[in-house]
Amino acid sequence: MFKRLILLVSVISLISIFSLGVLGASSVTVLGTWTGAEEEAFNQMVAPFESQTGIDVKFTGTRDLPAVLTAQVEAGSPPDLSALPNPGQMAEFARAGKLVDLSTFMDMKVLGSDYSPTWLDLGSYEGKLFGVFISADLKSLVWYSPKAFAQGGYAVPKTWDEMLALSDQMVKEGKTPWAIGFESGAASGWPGTDWIEDIMLRTVEPEVYDLWVSHGISWLDERVKRAFEIFGQIALNEKYVYGGPNAILTINFGDSPDALFTTPPNAYMHRQATFIKSFILDHNPQLVPGEDFDFFPLPPIDAKLGTPALGAADLFAAFKNTPEAQALIKYIASPEAQEIWVGKLGKLSANKRVNPAAYPDDLTRKAAKILSEASTFRFDGSDLMPSAVGAGSFWTGVLDYVSGVRLDNVLMTIEASALDAYRK
Amino acid sequence: MLNTKKYVPWLYILPAIFLLFFFLVYPSINTIYISFFNFNSEIFVGIENYLYCFTNEIMLNSFKNNALWVILFVPITVFLGLIIAVLLDRVKYESWIKSIIFMPMAISFVGAGVIWKFVYAYRPASAAQTGILNALRMAFQLEPIPWLIIRPWLNNFCLIVVGIWIWTGFCMVILSASYKGIPRELLEAARVDGASEFKVFWQITLPLMKPTLAVVATTMTINVLKIFDIVYVMTNGNYNTEVIANRMYKEMFIFRNYGRASAIAVILLVLIIPMIVINIQRFREQEGIR
Repeated sequence: MFKRLILLVSVISLISIFSLGVLGASSVTVLGTWTGAEEEAFNQMVAPFESQTGIDVKFTGTRDLPAVLTAQVEAGSPPDLSALPNPGQMAEFARAGKLVDLSTFMDMKVLGSDYSPTWLDLGSYEGKLFGVFISADLKSLVWYSPKAFAQGGYAVPKTWDEMLALSDQMVKEGKTPWAIGFESGAASGWPGTDWIEDIMLRTVEPEVYDLWVSHGISWLDERVKRAFEIFGQIALNEKYVYGGPNAILTINFGDSPDALFTTPPNAYMHRQATFIKSFILDHNPQLVPGEDFDFFPLPPIDAKLGTPALGAADLFAAFKNTPEAQALIKYIASPEAQEIWVGKLGKLSANKRVNPAAYPDDLTRKAAKILSEASTFRFDGSDLMPSAVGAGSFWTGVLDYVSGVRLDNVLMTIEASALDAYRK
Repeated sequence: MLNTKKYVPWLYILPAIFLLFFFLVYPSINTIYISFFNFNSEIFVGIENYLYCFTNEIMLNSFKNNALWVILFVPITVFLGLIIAVLLDRVKYESWIKSIIFMPMAISFVGAGVIWKFVYAYRPASAAQTGILNALRMAFQLEPIPWLIIRPWLNNFCLIVVGIWIWTGFCMVILSASYKGIPRELLEAARVDGASEFKVFWQITLPLMKPTLAVVATTMTINVLKIFDIVYVMTNGNYNTEVIANRMYKEMFIFRNYGRASAIAVILLVLIIPMIVINIQRFREQEGIR
């Protein structure tokens, strides 16, 4: 009896080991930051790929991607592919020799015609292509309610000064113009860095912005300080911001725009990227995009710099060079895949061949137009900085500034960490 | 029995030694080793990482905050645990009340952090408050307070309260067991001799519980030196609430600076070693008594 049991157990375990091996041979593991609606959209995007090739795509979403990915890579068991939130991280893994050079198996000619050089440059490290972009988010947008604006008799501001004048007018009428929220768990502070970057792009030449990102100019530079001060004119003004600075620090970025849709509105304007649309609709399903809420481009400060666009993008990189991983990354770079992805999420496509009709609504088409017509496009600077600054002291610096720490001290702390971080 | 070969006991403890070596000794030595190297463990940098730890403003702040945790958290948890253990001994529904106080132990620290984040939640005065503390303040016509933002005392104290909430139950259970181990005759004899309850507690109960108190206190100190989850979830070290372990996590997983993260780990280890030594000494003493 006992012997039989042992035999049974060993047969079962052998079968399971064998079947695991077989399954493992025709699957791709993908790690990303997406959960909820984004994870769903990803699964829908890869569904045609799975049915065509029979390759099983196993997606794991975690908001704690850097930590999870680092641990897996260091343990020698990375995912086949990973969706990285920024090119900075891609460069770090590329430098460590952990990534697969995509140009070895992808058709570079097609990529060259599908993608603008900006995207290919951002996905390259030392002349090799390590990442393909799947979508972009436009950050330089101010969301508002057209109905609330019409009721108050407000016009969409065309310049920064007009925007401040409108804010003053609202304050005079006993209203609060802005809704701002920087809380984001362990990533708190990032929405603030977007503000600073947008203001930098509007007050200095793009080349100076690049210098700032690569620490070619100090954080103590007058131009950086000015960007913080312009931001402070809005954020530190108790009358401008719903709930004042304390609310900025404690309200989650996803909850923040809710203030625009209360009756009467608690606030009238909210600066945030394209992706906030899904949060707005999630919290207020009855709202109609374009009618109940809309956006205008964050207006220019210095007329000669035009209306620049700040953006972010999602890219894929490969850690393992398996045929399945190659097949999936080729598919992801194709317009067919990206049409599903951007259609579901209202993100902007990176691939030029994506049909604008794939966008779910006029709002997204409008954002795509703003992006393509922008005088300058720059990638989210904090995402390109070394993480000790871009995901560290810059985040905390903005929070400290809003919480009342003297600007000189804030900038000195960031500069100290930058001096240290850019050295490596 | 007596003629067992000398190597036989070694055979028995070999698996344990093997596991200890691979999962404790080797990683510790490796951590010490890479703490003398640069961010990707390629270039030897001497004590540079340690110099950073003892000069960097945020690191110094972390040391200060960890000290604050030790000073407030350890005495309060042990004191509360002791008082509750001794007083509940006279209550009819003792086990029920003890279960409730012990319950937070069953919640993960991350869960506790999330729960308390709701307790401390802040909304502008004109909005409905979602946090119970601010809702109470509003009920008394007081302005809501951003509990986790106001530095350096209030927010750190608010975090420490969460730690106390979790660990008091643990202290209570251990100390209660020790209290119940005291022979009742001793206490009765003292009472018959006319000692006040207060005197009984100070001169009989407390001295008899001293070894357990020491163990609980050192365990709590080790806990608090390693404090991470609560801070990570609730403030992530922002607004001057940074602690050593959270800094180590950031250097390792966010900033990918292995040298520095290892140096912080070594410092943490060195801080904890005296506590372990004290614990082992106590243990030996107790064994000696037996």
